[in-house]
Amino acid sequence: MTRTFPGVIANQDVDLTIHAGEIHALLGENGAGKSTLVKMIYGILAPDSGQIDWQGNTVSIPNPAFARELGVAMVFQHFSLFDSLSVLENIALGMDSKVNRAELKSRILEISSRYGLPLDPDRHVYTLSVGERQRIEIIRCLLQEPKLLIMDEPTSVLTPQEVSRLFETLRRLSEEGLAILYISHKLDEIKALCHRATILRNGKRVDVADVNDESTSSLAAMMMGETLETTTPRIGNQAGELRLSVKNLSLEAADEFGIPLKNINLDVHCGEIVGIAGVAGNGQDELLMALSGESVSTQSDSLFIDGKACGQLGPNKRRALGVAAIPEQRLGHGAVPEMSLVDNTFLTAFQRLGLVGGGFIKNSVTRQFTEKVIENFNVKSNGSKAFASSLSGGNLQKFIVGREILQNPGLLIVSQPTWGVDAGAAQTIHKALRDLADRGAAVLIISQDLDELMAGTDRIGAICAGELSDIYDTAALSIEEVGLLMAGSALDEKSLATGGLNNV
Amino acid sequence: MFKLVKRPEPSRQMVLVSPLLALLLTLLAGIILFLFMGVSPTEALYAFFVEPLTSLYGWAELGVKATPLVLIAVTLSVGFRAGIWNIGAEGQLTLGGICGGAVALLFYEVESVWVIPLMVLAGIAGGMFWAAIPAFLRTRFNANEILTSLMLTYVAGLLLSLLVHGVMRDPDGYNFPESRLFSDSALLPIILEGTRLHVGWLMALAVVVAAWIMMARTLIGFEVKVLGQAPAAGRYAGFSQRNIIWFSLLLSGGAAGLAGMIEVSGPIGQVLPTISPGYGFTAIIVAFVGRLHPVGVLLAGLLLALSYLGGESAQISLNLPLAVTGVFQGMLLFFLLACDVLIHYQIVRKTGPVSAIADQDTTQATTNTATESK
Repeated sequence: MTRTFPGVIANQDVDLTIHAGEIHALLGENGAGKSTLVKMIYGILAPDSGQIDWQGNTVSIPNPAFARELGVAMVFQHFSLFDSLSVLENIALGMDSKVNRAELKSRILEISSRYGLPLDPDRHVYTLSVGERQRIEIIRCLLQEPKLLIMDEPTSVLTPQEVSRLFETLRRLSEEGLAILYISHKLDEIKALCHRATILRNGKRVDVADVNDESTSSLAAMMMGETLETTTPRIGNQAGELRLSVKNLSLEAADEFGIPLKNINLDVHCGEIVGIAGVAGNGQDELLMALSGESVSTQSDSLFIDGKACGQLGPNKRRALGVAAIPEQRLGHGAVPEMSLVDNTFLTAFQRLGLVGGGFIKNSVTRQFTEKVIENFNVKSNGSKAFASSLSGGNLQKFIVGREILQNPGLLIVSQPTWGVDAGAAQTIHKALRDLADRGAAVLIISQDLDELMAGTDRIGAICAGELSDIYDTAALSIEEVGLLMAGSALDEKSLATGGLNNV
Repeated sequence: MFKLVKRPEPSRQMVLVSPLLALLLTLLAGIILFLFMGVSPTEALYAFFVEPLTSLYGWAELGVKATPLVLIAVTLSVGFRAGIWNIGAEGQLTLGGICGGAVALLFYEVESVWVIPLMVLAGIAGGMFWAAIPAFLRTRFNANEILTSLMLTYVAGLLLSLLVHGVMRDPDGYNFPESRLFSDSALLPIILEGTRLHVGWLMALAVVVAAWIMMARTLIGFEVKVLGQAPAAGRYAGFSQRNIIWFSLLLSGGAAGLAGMIEVSGPIGQVLPTISPGYGFTAIIVAFVGRLHPVGVLLAGLLLALSYLGGESAQISLNLPLAVTGVFQGMLLFFLLACDVLIHYQIVRKTGPVSAIADQDTTQATTNTATESK
């Protein structure tokens, strides 16, 4: 299959075969062409050339409805559910043909018990967790009795416990003869779940591997085309003085879709990296904005920086105290899309670098600093006048991280530092964060990527429904224990007695 | 068949071509309109767009009409770029005229060079006051400034009417609803002998230059641009939406007030029940035709001023109704908005059975299908 977009070849002569009863991994970095390939199979995109054979017959799939008719079902990364409707109503709405409610309900119950997908058809969607919502999507697919199930990065929103439950279901489905195409870039999952893997890099198929014959590192090498330095866990960092101290910080939600923050307590010291895990949409954005000063508290003594009460200070007053923040959303929050990199540098640097004189912007100084960021962080762009929107995700993130780090902050708060970023850029960013901490700055990473947090932090906690767990030494926790924190349950103190529990 | 396809990135060329294309389409539609009215299109277009500029006096009149349009449109476009929609410049202009005129009448007997500066200040203050009301309602109660500023325009018109029929009426004017003719020291100096071109034109040019520098080089201009394009990034940078609402409304209100004062003190010379033929509304068209850029606004202001002159000239020489001016102005904005689609989209010939969804950007495709699968 080949498919081009203006300026890029998303897929070039890609081959893929899946057998009945096989769990087949589609492996590749962001931008490798996984989504494009799958969209062609599901009839969302038309291929420029190539053919699809379905059970021995050549077919052309003009639209998703036809794909479903053939027996192809897909669970998207982002769910399309109505919060205010019940599970049953949501599923009934998604059916291609009219169905009897009572009959549908009994079929839902049957499928949910057969495949270990517990779900109450009468519950309203807004009361369900993300994992339960995903079950709706899976059941919705299974009701069509598909022969091929496509799952697009299904675990990115799940806790480790929910992931293992999902895997059990998928294994049972494959034993019954369902073919599953599993899209991911998480190697451990593929190793644990899949039989074979098709590996894509830069729009081309580089290999088809039998997963049992490969190690995670050999899969990684195929996926990235180069071996990466393995990161060593951070051990034995001597934390310095207390830099950020949050005390009983509570914040109302800004609107009905926001998450209120409840009683947040958190200390971050000079020279240490603290991580906050959590499933998306549990108050990460709100926490970042409360710390950066984008949302201010009514209580001045809810937040201290270097001992100074600053709960009521706005972003620029906090920047003056050495705070830098990197929000999750890059375009539109961390950077203005239709503005040049020079303007985007000025956006957060004008205060600390004194880029304003008598109300006027100091253009040449700003440009020099921008060029320094581009050079030091190896940002690939058409120079400092390029629009932020013209950069790839990884390069824009390198630019934003570089812009904040080169301002020499005393405290850096960063949300999802490597989300959607290619491995090379992720490595640059991780190294920059470590170096910053080694120079004595306090670093707080809010992330959904548990591997990133386990490997790169000194202490770790998790946020769930706007509440922050206790913070523990990272080395003392297993990934399952962090999973419990992410799900909002407290850890049993005794089970941790062996590790150096440091409950600050 | 042809279809619209999203461009990979907005066309910069189209940003400049679009107003010219709109002008061309307006002229074509004008020709059709004149044919329907039984007038020779060549004569009508000549009367409309060429005849007014055949004399020095005509050129000077162009400046007179363009002065309020440019003054208001330049400052409105600052607010528009911040996403603050002041639609009530007409009312702010009226208040500026009332306040400037009140000073002129109050110091009727005084002969001093200070009368004009005082009128300028009063005019600006009046416009600012009228714009401060929507600013307050927006920042305090989150009331939509489009509605409040527009409705205040009608209040301003009635207020003017009340005053001209009451306290401002000329005591020797046989009960006509108009004020005394201003004394000489309350009339704006003429800068071109034998015409009506006054110092207000120089003020408008100065505002164009100041706005250009402000938007390109200063922190406040930067704040306006950021908050308009990406409000979340603006908050992240520490810019206050509230301050920008006040700033842009007071700025455009003040400029509209100044324009109102210039009208009563310049071409009119007294306070009348109507002091503007809709400059405050036309300025919105000027701002968009001028691409919200000060220099573009200057050129667009001259073009729209010509449409006012052309309307008068067509009325005199061809007996066409004055409403033709409004029709032309409306068509220009209409075609401009239509042509602006081409900035983000291009027209291509439809080939093959490629589904429409396939050509949109991929994220949109996902959303579409997700909804479709419901």
